[in-house]
Amino acid sequence: MMTAASDSLAQPVDLREPSGWRRSKNQIMTVLMWLAFVIVLIPLGFVLVTLIAKGAGAISWQFLTNSTIPPNVMPLGNGGMGAAVVGTLEITGFAALLAIPLGVLGAVYLNEYGGNGILARLISFMSSVMTGVPSIVMGLFIYLIWVLHFGYSGMAGSFALACLMLPIVIRSSYEMLRLVPDSLRQGSYALGASKARVTVTVVLPTALSGIVSGALLAVARAAGETAPLLFTILTVEQTNPNLFSGPDTALPLQIFSNAQSAYVGANARAWGAALTLVAITFILMIVARIITSLFTRNSR
Amino acid sequence: VSAPTKADPASPAGSANALNRRRPLGDRGFAILALASGLLVLVILVLITVTTVQQSTTWFSDAGFSGIFRVAFDGNTAFGAMGVLYGTVISSVIGIIIGVPVSIGIALLLTQVVPLRWSRPFVYVIDLLAVVPSVVWGLWGIIVLVPWLQKIYLDIASGLKGIPVLDTLFGGANVGGASFFTAGLILAIMITPIITSLSREVIATVPAIDKEGAYALGATRWEMIRGAVWPHSQGGVVGAILVGFGRAMGETIAVALVIGDSVEVTPHLFYTGHSIAAIIALQFGEATGGEFRSALIGLGLFLFVLTILVNLVARYFVERSARRARGA
Repeated sequence: MMTAASDSLAQPVDLREPSGWRRSKNQIMTVLMWLAFVIVLIPLGFVLVTLIAKGAGAISWQFLTNSTIPPNVMPLGNGGMGAAVVGTLEITGFAALLAIPLGVLGAVYLNEYGGNGILARLISFMSSVMTGVPSIVMGLFIYLIWVLHFGYSGMAGSFALACLMLPIVIRSSYEMLRLVPDSLRQGSYALGASKARVTVTVVLPTALSGIVSGALLAVARAAGETAPLLFTILTVEQTNPNLFSGPDTALPLQIFSNAQSAYVGANARAWGAALTLVAITFILMIVARIITSLFTRNSR
Repeated sequence: VSAPTKADPASPAGSANALNRRRPLGDRGFAILALASGLLVLVILVLITVTTVQQSTTWFSDAGFSGIFRVAFDGNTAFGAMGVLYGTVISSVIGIIIGVPVSIGIALLLTQVVPLRWSRPFVYVIDLLAVVPSVVWGLWGIIVLVPWLQKIYLDIASGLKGIPVLDTLFGGANVGGASFFTAGLILAIMITPIITSLSREVIATVPAIDKEGAYALGATRWEMIRGAVWPHSQGGVVGAILVGFGRAMGETIAVALVIGDSVEVTPHLFYTGHSIAAIIALQFGEATGGEFRSALIGLGLFLFVLTILVNLVARYFVERSARRARGA
């Protein structure tokens, strides 16, 4: 032992930069990490450029507002996607109206009421598991439980989207509520407020911007979903002004059916509808980001 | 409010009683509302199971054990689950093999290489990938990517002719643009954001003192990642990969557009195939017959159970590593 220790002491300690292979390996790995990022940029850039190149030509005021969706064989310039734009806004809007309040209340239960109890932990765990349930399964579910009994409607589509959004809203709101400092709650209790009052007037407003931005991201994701709408709203060629009864239509469904078509006009309409849809989701995401960045600046 | 006379303002107990009497309606109502919203998650999951089981019994009883465990699914007499299950698993595995190294590379880049205050724009770019809808990836896939890949696949297939394993995987006579591999590529792009963001969260919890310790011992950045970051975040990253795998299996529309719409079990990755989610999306509308419809709902049940299981395991890994990080 002694000799080994003195032997290693006898060797001068190398304090220089890591040499040779170790340094090269580090550099190679750093380059690979950057490469991973560049690899992701390629399809993203490719899809966005194609989308704008092929979609911008299709978009016009008529395309966005004319409510008659023409058959596949018609060339571009006939009719428009107005019915689908209205459908997407209505269906997604109603889904948000259902899922956001319920999701926020669910998160309130998890963080304010459930504590560390077994039920709260189960709900918390299952809500994160539920974010992984495929959207097509939600569509089937609403078909079985609603459409079979009450028929196709925009509202059925909203139910399916709301089922998808609910766990996302719960998770993101829950994360935000957890950030609210306990001293705020204790201060309000000390003033004699009841739990509901503390939650509604102190806790929720404090976490509001985070909750709103999380909810907007969930809405953005839901707006682009096709699978849950396939068997819940069916599809029509005219604007359906009644969200609550009769088949409806939406942008993702129109993209899906036009993408499968061999006609040039249909493909052009698919690109135009895709650009419109991506614009809607991006706007929602950007608004969410602006709210988040305002929030982080305030909290600093 | 009704009994202020009884309350003795001097006695704390008395005033507390008055408060308690006043509390129930609004306060308890709100608590019940919150609890009901939380329970809704469990209710929906149970109802999904109940309704799909109910509606798929026709398939289970008509097709029987052997009918379910066969490959063919023609919507007429054959309603086997194995062919589409194969397509789901193979395309998802391809997606994972391509997507995971990229995702982990980006997660490490954003947490260990790029300074924290510059990382936000990078995160936005990755999030853009997640916001592009599935159907738009599918549209781009079928109109732009498939014809382009077709040429590349044909070149690869002719180049690999005669080489034992590679010829089986990437060769063959029926190589086409729409295939298992194309679906896998699209899935890789689509699951990268979720794997990246979950891995990033896990990696961010590695204690600074571990990393500084590694540097103090003279480690390079890569050696620090291997020695301090990786052992700490291994479990969570495995969880993130599994979440991505679950997403890939459930992905519907993009896969439906690029996988080729034919039920096959073949080792040739450049051949057309099908997946559970895609076959439901494409054929449910035409499925008017009892057993056909019931079989598609049964496949939906399969998919539901499969993704729930994968996500249960995944979340277990993620939460365990999060708990460990909090404990450390």
